[in-house]
Amino acid sequence: MIAFLVTAGAAFLMYLILTAGSGTIGFWSLSELVMGVLLACLTGLIARNFLCRSKNYRLLDPRRLLQLLVYVPGPFFVELTKANLDVAYRVITMKIRPGIIRVHSGLKTDLGIFMLANSITLTPGTLSVGIDEATNDLFIHNINVGEGDEKREVIESTELFGLANLPAWIRRIAE
Amino acid sequence: MAAIDILIYICLTIGVVFNTLGVVGLLRFPDLYTRMHATTKATTFGSIFTSLTVVVYGLYLFFTVNDSQYLTLAIHAFLAMACLAFTNAVSAHALARAAHRSGIMPMLAVVDRLAEAKL
Repeated sequence: MIAFLVTAGAAFLMYLILTAGSGTIGFWSLSELVMGVLLACLTGLIARNFLCRSKNYRLLDPRRLLQLLVYVPGPFFVELTKANLDVAYRVITMKIRPGIIRVHSGLKTDLGIFMLANSITLTPGTLSVGIDEATNDLFIHNINVGEGDEKREVIESTELFGLANLPAWIRRIAE
Repeated sequence: MAAIDILIYICLTIGVVFNTLGVVGLLRFPDLYTRMHATTKATTFGSIFTSLTVVVYGLYLFFTVNDSQYLTLAIHAFLAMACLAFTNAVSAHALARAAHRSGIMPMLAVVDRLAEAKL
């Protein structure tokens, strides 16, 4: 039941966002609102077992959602900008020293690993290639492996980010 | 020239410059993985800024002309921006993983822990 409500609510919210500006009740017309409720219920019936597969409703906590909203335009965007300046520098100068390293994530849930892998792909010089599902370690292709780092067996995930501690943010949001 | 025009030109310039750098990187880097760095990161940033231009322009027209179709334009461009950023990261991971599993090893690599782990 909770899974149905969550899925239908998310679908209705998405429908409202997509049809904003269609009428005079708030931003919406009456026909869009009725159609939105009907379609949201239908989507909830069909898709409830896909969106809530893990039966874990951590992300319904408003504090976590608020942190997610701060995380994306805040520390994440700063690292994204830095990553792009870094890649631009390497495209122009061709100073590269590539390699695949093992990174210890320290996260336990699927959602946390998913967010960390995506954040790593979009931030400085790193691209996630594989996951060791037994230990939840990530394999990262780094475009510029630091001197001496190629001899170390495991690297902590916090060492990949210079300005903000993204793994700590992800742990607060997802775990 | 109004301030809004300058803001729009700045966003467009950043977007186009980074998209161009992505293409240059695609041509210059030696192998698949390094090329993915250029194409995923630079084009994500470039596309974010070109979409941001549309968002800014749509919001500006919505507040001056007060026609709700411009609000729709801004919101849809914003959603496109969010989808681009996340699908880019996911598809980059899928491509890199598939390439490594099918035996394409990184060129010039100083270390390859994934090949050593034999997953």
